[in-house]
Amino acid sequence: MRSASSSRSRWGLRTLGLGYLALLLLAPLVLLFYKTFEHGLAPPLDAITSPDGLHALKLSLLMVAIAVPLNTIFGVGCALLLVRHRWKGNAVIDSVINLPFAISPVVIGLSLFLLYGTKGWLGPDLAEAGIEILFSVPGMVLASIFVSVPFVVRETVPVLQEIGTEQEQAATTLGANAWQTFWRITLPSIRWGVAYGVVLTTARVLGEFGAVSIVSGSRSGETETLPLFVQKAFDNFEPAGAYGASVLLALLALSTLLAMNVLKRKEDA
Amino acid sequence: MGITVEGASKRFGDFQALNDVSIEVPNGSLTALLGPSGSGKSTLLRAIAGLESLDGGRVLIDGEDVSAKPVQKREVGFVFQHYAAFKHMTVFENVGFGLKIRKWDKAKVADRVHELLQLVQLNGLADRYPSQLSGGQRQRMALARALAVEPQVLLLDEPFGALDAKVRKDLRTWLRHLHEEMHVTTIFVTHDQEEAMDVAGQLVVMNEGRVEQSGTADELYENPANEFVMSFVGEVNRLGEDYVRPHDMEVVLEADERTQEGMVQRIVALGFEIRVEFVLADGAEIWAQLTRLELQRLELREGQIAYLRPIQTKSFNGSSPSSDHGASTPPVAL
Amino acid sequence: MEASAQSRPVSPRAGLRLPGVGAGLGRGTIVLYLSVIVLLPLAALASKAFEGGLSTFWSQVTSPQALRSLELTVGASLIVVLINGVFGTIIAWLLVRDNFPGKSAVNAVIDLPFALPTIVASLILIELYGVKSPIGINLSLSRPAVVVALLFVTLPFVVRAVQPLLIEMDREMEEAAASLGASGFTIFRRIVFPNLLPGLAAGVALAFARALGEYGSVLLFAGGLPNTQVSSVFIRQQIESGNETGAAAVSVVLLLAALVMLALIRLIQHWSSKHERSPGAGAGAGLTVMPMSGEDYSAEGDDDEKR
Repeated sequence: MRSASSSRSRWGLRTLGLGYLALLLLAPLVLLFYKTFEHGLAPPLDAITSPDGLHALKLSLLMVAIAVPLNTIFGVGCALLLVRHRWKGNAVIDSVINLPFAISPVVIGLSLFLLYGTKGWLGPDLAEAGIEILFSVPGMVLASIFVSVPFVVRETVPVLQEIGTEQEQAATTLGANAWQTFWRITLPSIRWGVAYGVVLTTARVLGEFGAVSIVSGSRSGETETLPLFVQKAFDNFEPAGAYGASVLLALLALSTLLAMNVLKRKEDA
Repeated sequence: MGITVEGASKRFGDFQALNDVSIEVPNGSLTALLGPSGSGKSTLLRAIAGLESLDGGRVLIDGEDVSAKPVQKREVGFVFQHYAAFKHMTVFENVGFGLKIRKWDKAKVADRVHELLQLVQLNGLADRYPSQLSGGQRQRMALARALAVEPQVLLLDEPFGALDAKVRKDLRTWLRHLHEEMHVTTIFVTHDQEEAMDVAGQLVVMNEGRVEQSGTADELYENPANEFVMSFVGEVNRLGEDYVRPHDMEVVLEADERTQEGMVQRIVALGFEIRVEFVLADGAEIWAQLTRLELQRLELREGQIAYLRPIQTKSFNGSSPSSDHGASTPPVAL
Repeated sequence: MEASAQSRPVSPRAGLRLPGVGAGLGRGTIVLYLSVIVLLPLAALASKAFEGGLSTFWSQVTSPQALRSLELTVGASLIVVLINGVFGTIIAWLLVRDNFPGKSAVNAVIDLPFALPTIVASLILIELYGVKSPIGINLSLSRPAVVVALLFVTLPFVVRAVQPLLIEMDREMEEAAASLGASGFTIFRRIVFPNLLPGLAAGVALAFARALGEYGSVLLFAGGLPNTQVSSVFIRQQIESGNETGAAAVSVVLLLAALVMLALIRLIQHWSSKHERSPGAGAGAGLTVMPMSGEDYSAEGDDDEKR
């Protein structure tokens, strides 16, 4: 079904679609790398390895180290619940899980602020117990968990549905108990879906900005994650810092894309 | 509208799907393209429709070279194995689609659609969606849709392949009746030789991108051009260089100069016919088709020794398929 | 990412149940987790928003600046989903039906806005389209900047929603239409597009929700001037100036909008599953924008109530 006009329209579509992508996504990204290393490797590198920069990096990684495992365990368990058990509450759980997709990070930050603030519901009691949530790490962790709740669940559910229960049934006929079945049969079959969800969760936690910025107060060297570091550097007219941290985050994002691609193929296989 | 294909060739990457294929389809006939998977029959059908382009050769419909014409302009009706129903449209909208884009007015479209639904016995289902129909109904709808625009040629690609055996048989008969009524030049693709022989006036047997033989069902059965055709259109035993049909294999209890000795391995009753499996002295496995009466008369048992005498054999000079007609050995003159 | 839900009939007690004391404990933990992490904070938010009663809520939401920011936010979001609806579909088409060098790289790059921190997005847009733009386009601190930033972050939603539907689509429908005489454009209009619509609608709805609440990418690029302030930036400013009730009120408005979008998406998924070609295929198998409704999930488990 090839003809002159259809190949003309094909090229028209390509120009339109790919051109749009280039202008919107690629060009800015390329320019960032260019601008960052315009004056050499030193300025951005120095900025990132400054005490504040390193602390921001460590803090971001800390967020990942806490939020990702928690949401992974929750995610797999929740997926099991939703797929293998019929329960009236499943629809509600499903809706609640979808919320972080659609709610503004600022709204999330504010809600946490209101819950754990000095005038909030839980704030005063926790303060009495000596637990500081806001303007310190715990609050930031809670924000990170909130925003990244859906990913592991959402990626695990379809995989769980697809593999069905036959393998698990076979395992139980051979004498495996629930834990063994889960560990040896279920988990291995869903691992790529889970891995994909973990990668998405990690990316989301690393990139979280709005909610954490409200909840943490963004104190340099103390409650400032990498994205917050970028903002502060920008506001203080420190391009090296802003670009440096941005490039680092962009590289992490690109690695995420790579990981997503690889895992996607394994999942489809 | 007769169809002629001359020297058609098509390759997909490394795979040669069609290799210099030429066929003649007479006007108003019902022809089957028969062959195993990968034989190129679907590719040929799609090339006639214009859904595939040819690397070489040409397609003529009613004498006109349509090779350069896009499928939209060829006026062919095409029916797919998996129906290709427009699942977001009702049965009515499906059948009327071709008319709608030809800008027929609403009343005419309605008349024609209802006429066709009547023809394919789907009246009353006009407002249903394809997902609400059975496979057989969907295929009948697809047929009505293709016929709505009065195509010159009707092409069916394994139309009954996705249906149950019983539905397949029913639709097969129904297609034959339809053709008798409408006389549109029709080509259909199948891998089922029984279906082809039941429905079609002319069969074209294909294998590995080439035409092995074409002719009526009888011609192909009685005078197969080579071993491939012979074994494809019917059951075949191989005795050295010769090929024998199981029903041409006579079983007797006494040896003579024309018989071979064999031991009964297994006796299977398949409905009205009995299949008796033998193993010969040289290890070859042969089976003969007998009637119940014959079996009773011979009183055959498993493990028994008996003697096999072919009534008629064919041999093909040991050459590869697509060669000249094979020589057939007539019964020995008495 | 997607898999069709196989609704195989399964005997009760089949398959893996949650280990432990049974589903009860697991269910309880999950509900607790979600409540503490998600629901409790949102409840605190709602409570604050209505602290002064309905009239205070209303006056906060309708204050001049609040309204201006809402207007900008909604307006920009609508424009953005329209533009990305078109371009997203084109790009999805190119990725599925076309072949060009570098296609798999392009496919991976689509997700960049998903993976990139929004603040970095803001920065890179400023680079190219801001004050020091090498191509002379300066959109910094302007209203169009809002649109560009939102285009950036919402593009993947549309592409990834349409792509699976295109992949799954029965090509033979298009061939059948062609054999009936339909031109390329007619085929797209009457055959392809209607079948893409559910995915496109869901993608657009999610993109809209995301656009309404977007913060990081807009912050640096469009800034927080009264004229270029989106609602999320407005909310932030209100927090900073101590007007927590006002911030909470507008937040509730955004929250409600998000809930409406989510409900819409669920409706679309539900509706589209009714028109599936084969009854056995997964309900809304193509709509992977979000997980499916609770009823569709557990075709396999048995009824917990009956135990």
